[in-house]
Amino acid sequence: MTTTHKDLDTSRRSFLKGAAALAGGALVVGFGPAGRVEAAAKAELVANPFVKITGDGRVVAIVKHVEMGQGTTTGLTTMIAEELDADWGQMDTEFAPADPATYGNKLMGGAQGTGGSTATPASFEPYRKAGATARDLLVRAAAEEWSVPAGEITVKDGVVSHASGKSAQFGELVARASTLTPTENPQLKSPDQFTKIGSETLPRRDSVSKTTGTAVFALDVRVPDMVVAVVARPPQFGATLKSVDDSETRKVKGVLDVKETPVGVIVYGKNTWAAIKGRAALTVEWDASKADLRSTDQMVAEYTAELDKPGNVARNDGDAAGTMKQAAKTVKADFVFPYLAHAPMETLNCVIKFDGTTAELWDGCQFPSLVQPSVARILGLKPEQVKINTVWAGGSFGRRATPTADYQSEAAHAVKAIDGKWPVQLVWTREDDLQSGYYRPLFVHRVEAGIDGDGKPLAYHHKLAGKSILIGTFFEQMLVKDGIDTSSVEGATTLPYQIPNLRVDVRNMTGGPPALWWRSVGHTHTAYSTEIIMDMMAEAAGKDPVAYREALLTEHPRHLGVLKLAAEKAGWGEPLQDGWGRGVAVHESFSSFVALVAEVSKTEGGDIKLERIVCAVDCGIAINPDVIRAQMEGGIGYGLGAVMRNKITLADGVVEQQNFPDYEPLRITDMPKIEVHIVPSTTSPTGVGEPGTPPAGPALANAIYAATGNRVTTLPMTDSGISFV
Amino acid sequence: MFEIKVNGETRQVDVDEDTPVLWVVRDELKLMGTKFGCGVAACGACTVHVNGSPTRSCQLRVADAVGLEITTIEGLQSAEAKAVQAAWQKHDVVQCGFCQSGQIMQAIGLLAENKKPTDEDIDSAMYGNACRCATYVRVREAIHEAAKMLEA
Repeated sequence: MTTTHKDLDTSRRSFLKGAAALAGGALVVGFGPAGRVEAAAKAELVANPFVKITGDGRVVAIVKHVEMGQGTTTGLTTMIAEELDADWGQMDTEFAPADPATYGNKLMGGAQGTGGSTATPASFEPYRKAGATARDLLVRAAAEEWSVPAGEITVKDGVVSHASGKSAQFGELVARASTLTPTENPQLKSPDQFTKIGSETLPRRDSVSKTTGTAVFALDVRVPDMVVAVVARPPQFGATLKSVDDSETRKVKGVLDVKETPVGVIVYGKNTWAAIKGRAALTVEWDASKADLRSTDQMVAEYTAELDKPGNVARNDGDAAGTMKQAAKTVKADFVFPYLAHAPMETLNCVIKFDGTTAELWDGCQFPSLVQPSVARILGLKPEQVKINTVWAGGSFGRRATPTADYQSEAAHAVKAIDGKWPVQLVWTREDDLQSGYYRPLFVHRVEAGIDGDGKPLAYHHKLAGKSILIGTFFEQMLVKDGIDTSSVEGATTLPYQIPNLRVDVRNMTGGPPALWWRSVGHTHTAYSTEIIMDMMAEAAGKDPVAYREALLTEHPRHLGVLKLAAEKAGWGEPLQDGWGRGVAVHESFSSFVALVAEVSKTEGGDIKLERIVCAVDCGIAINPDVIRAQMEGGIGYGLGAVMRNKITLADGVVEQQNFPDYEPLRITDMPKIEVHIVPSTTSPTGVGEPGTPPAGPALANAIYAATGNRVTTLPMTDSGISFV
Repeated sequence: MFEIKVNGETRQVDVDEDTPVLWVVRDELKLMGTKFGCGVAACGACTVHVNGSPTRSCQLRVADAVGLEITTIEGLQSAEAKAVQAAWQKHDVVQCGFCQSGQIMQAIGLLAENKKPTDEDIDSAMYGNACRCATYVRVREAIHEAAKMLEA
């Protein structure tokens, strides 16, 4: 079953008239008037068709977010199934088309996109409402059909029934329900009535297709006459094309064409291998006169020198500089955080078709609001003339959403350069992925903290230097104020500990490779420096790291809650074997709270082995507890792999890493046992895709310090003399 | 033109002799379950079975594949395969899912040789299969589960 734009358009128009719609035999439900009451501030609530029920009884959740592994397909479907009292087996899903007015993200200013761990919080109300609205329509249809009061009708596991013995499957009621006007204010369940939200027995929606090889990712899309394109890009960021000799390329079997385009030299192949081989046969000269030719060593030195200058003040409580001088003891450290590639398993790619007046894209599309206008601009179309078919995304970690819609724009250039003669699948290889940018930006930090005679924090000064992700993009106007990009300093400015004099300032660096959000964004570095300094302060105060934090978190019950839970479950304070060390970290990101206790052991040869991580998470109401556990496991693993040994470095402006052997991903042999404990909650749910990542690094670092006395402040850890088993 | 045997069927493909089997099964035979992750045998996403053994199809040239029995995830039939897939589903191992065909092909190869692998056996057999979502905790659990299913 596929949703077509026509179905959805029909349903939307019908909703504006205030009636449920029968579209191709399916009842499509969203909210009309009720949503529009809130529409002034939240335009995305206007008539959003999130659920349709087919005549054969399938309930299709229309998922407005990309599924890149984080479980949102399961989560949003759960919300609908809950309020609809559907049977899990009858649930189905489709990805929403690009239509920001209908599927915009209220936590992203109405843009249609996935990120910032917002899918769950942004969907919790609209998806439940959509389910409840559909349920109400079915109930009233049954009441009419059976001539009984609607209030006497019950719905359970996909069956509508009445005490008289009458009952119906959803599909049987679709036709009549479609003639009714949806309610403006459907009754939503209270958390104590939930049977599916919080359930431990709902399997992931995508488990079967992804274990049988049938899930279709963009790389698996095949449309008639499609060719494969790869791009030869400049080796340095900012270099441009000087000349190209493609004579050898054109001799490669299966190479169809070669074009010079604004994004590089594009080789078109009958198949992927021909395109890859053809590109390797090119002789290209690049003009690097406008390129940034610095090495990362040079950049680290430059950034570190910047820390001696005053920065843009992002937070300033009391007088950090003045009180630092009165401190009984101070601790201080410089931190270095390298560029990091996202390296999703499915390399960047998408399929595009262009007929001169419309374009169609197949993409694991994380940000339709960026992609649709970018592709349209290149092809001389209006955004609505670009249809986006969102498919499963093979990971992203932020990489599939760029302010420039980089790889989708390349695809647009590729199809434009051949006047749409063939549909094009534009493919990045792993080398392209590691070498052609977007990275978590390089950052250096300097943190100095002073404690008083009782060991209590007195003064705290956190300085950061790095390239802003948002400055210079269209997000700048909305999200950057007074030279402060919150995504550079988040986690540092939101430090929860009770510290009377606290200052955070940042220097925005320029040049170098393009910078991008990487799973948990600024928290990827701020959690590391803040949680290590906190351990250093505890040590200087002669206090236990958990007890020291607890005393400073009395006004932050959710931080405190996860910290206490993780410490208790990990047996914090109980003796460890010789050569073992335990480390703790607690951090809030994206309104979720995670505390980790890491345990490591040291071999006789001095190598470190990760033994166990105990995680406590508070993300409000747990929609799918097992998805939350999976995201904690995965988010922690993602953070661990990066801090252990990942870095992207530049020599003369050229990225030195080629492929996985130089950017070794976390392996199963590295993966510790992970236990996840979820704090029971009735608070609105928050996201879980990112919050597991930030505390992983500092928890590991603090455990390594406990085991070895080595305080790692330059990442990756393998650059600081740490070797892992 | 090369004649290769994939999932029990003999197929003719008109490609260069150095074309990796990975791209033959995907681009010529339209068997899309086998994935491209790195092209240098460093991630395992392209794992298929060659005469029953897990093999990186990105490193196997089509010219060298003539006469071999190639099995992709679409052609799985063994008891080990069914058990591994069922265990993967039971434990909801997948996240983004892109590496999972390869993980599953590798795990089946392990269980075909070792009926009761330990955590260490699993780590050593699965070392080359990268998962950027870090689903490894569940990969271990699911392999133990599949071993149990096969015992029953």
